[in-house]
Amino acid sequence: MVALARARDDVERIWAVLESVPDPEIPVLSIVDLGIVRAVEPGRVALTPTYTGCPATQVIERDVRAALDAAGYRGVRIDTALSPPWTTAWISEEGRRKLRAYGIAPPLPAGERTVACPQCGATDTEEISRFGSTPCKALWRCRACAEPFDLFKCH
Amino acid sequence: MASLPPIDLPAGTSGEGAFDAPVAEPSREKLFDYLLRLGDDSLILGQRLSEYCGHAPSVEVDLSLANMALDLIGQATLFLDLAGEVEGKGRDGDALAFHRDVLDFRNCWLVEQPNGDFAQTMARQWLFSTWQKSLFDRLANSRDPRIAEIAAKAVKEVAYHQDLAAEWVIRLGDGTEESRRRMVDGLDWMWRFVPELFEMDGIAAEAVRCGIGVDVAAFRDDYDRRLREVIAGAGLEPPADQRPILGGRRGHHSEHLGHLLAIMQFLPRTYPDSKW
Repeated sequence: MVALARARDDVERIWAVLESVPDPEIPVLSIVDLGIVRAVEPGRVALTPTYTGCPATQVIERDVRAALDAAGYRGVRIDTALSPPWTTAWISEEGRRKLRAYGIAPPLPAGERTVACPQCGATDTEEISRFGSTPCKALWRCRACAEPFDLFKCH
Repeated sequence: MASLPPIDLPAGTSGEGAFDAPVAEPSREKLFDYLLRLGDDSLILGQRLSEYCGHAPSVEVDLSLANMALDLIGQATLFLDLAGEVEGKGRDGDALAFHRDVLDFRNCWLVEQPNGDFAQTMARQWLFSTWQKSLFDRLANSRDPRIAEIAAKAVKEVAYHQDLAAEWVIRLGDGTEESRRRMVDGLDWMWRFVPELFEMDGIAAEAVRCGIGVDVAAFRDDYDRRLREVIAGAGLEPPADQRPILGGRRGHHSEHLGHLLAIMQFLPRTYPDSKW
């Protein structure tokens, strides 16, 4: 029973450690907000990449290693899980709110087509480029306030 | 109660249910070769596209090409890492990418073709991504779960490449007199490399037989139909039939691949095992 309780505590603590690891490209989001933590077990953490070639994947793994080591979890293994593939549906509500506050339009819910400008909230917006500053973002422009902004692409 | 009439079994079948019977495993060598084909296509096209970094006609296009290159190199890493694991000689994706010679590459001719102008680059991208999208859609059902999960992950990115390239084919084909001429020339250059995408040789057939690979011939009609739609949308005529050029899957390549590898492999071969 004691061992079981300790394992449960460890899992909770590891989650807390992971919540402190920011995404290197969008540092307002933690990797937990981004939804790329697939599993946490007493001896193992499973992460999934957002995009196949996203260069942040390696940085994230290194950052998680450093955070776990610093919290005394040297023995915790980090695995990569490809399946099921990550989609933007894995981004938490909290993550969406943080994105908007940071100036990035969050990915649209299924069926939704209108992109609201994260700066002024207007819906009179247009796509400039399907690819933006990172693989996960597209470049958009608001016709109301004339500011460009990033849209986290549905994926 | 009357019993059911006996079933007439076709000659040569056991009646034990062919679908439940164990499927043959491909040999290690053949699976390795099949994975090299998948990985090398992505690697070489990713390297080609990255030549544009900082040179594309506009910053938005520069971002598109760099991001597509990243996606492709990501696919290559996964397929070549798996190839190395299957081979079992301690080589990983990097070793396979940087320490093989040109004759050991298994990519198709289309992806190694030079960028030419922007229209030629987009013609190549469109012909390849349209094919790769259909391939990965089917490969996501591979009986090998490691291959299936890579394809399922990558296909969403490839759908984006296909859309983007098709938009450019239409925009340039249906643009100015000059952009149209360039797109016609670009398609004309790339057209002879399309039949190779649908070639089925012994290794491809073995991969299909084992339920691991994709019967590419089965989606040829669908591919041709997609091509006709976009070509019509661009206001162009399909290029005239050309003599197909084959052989990339057997290691026969154009001169262009050697030059590409010389640039791609120079650093890791000159300074082996260096880290940055």
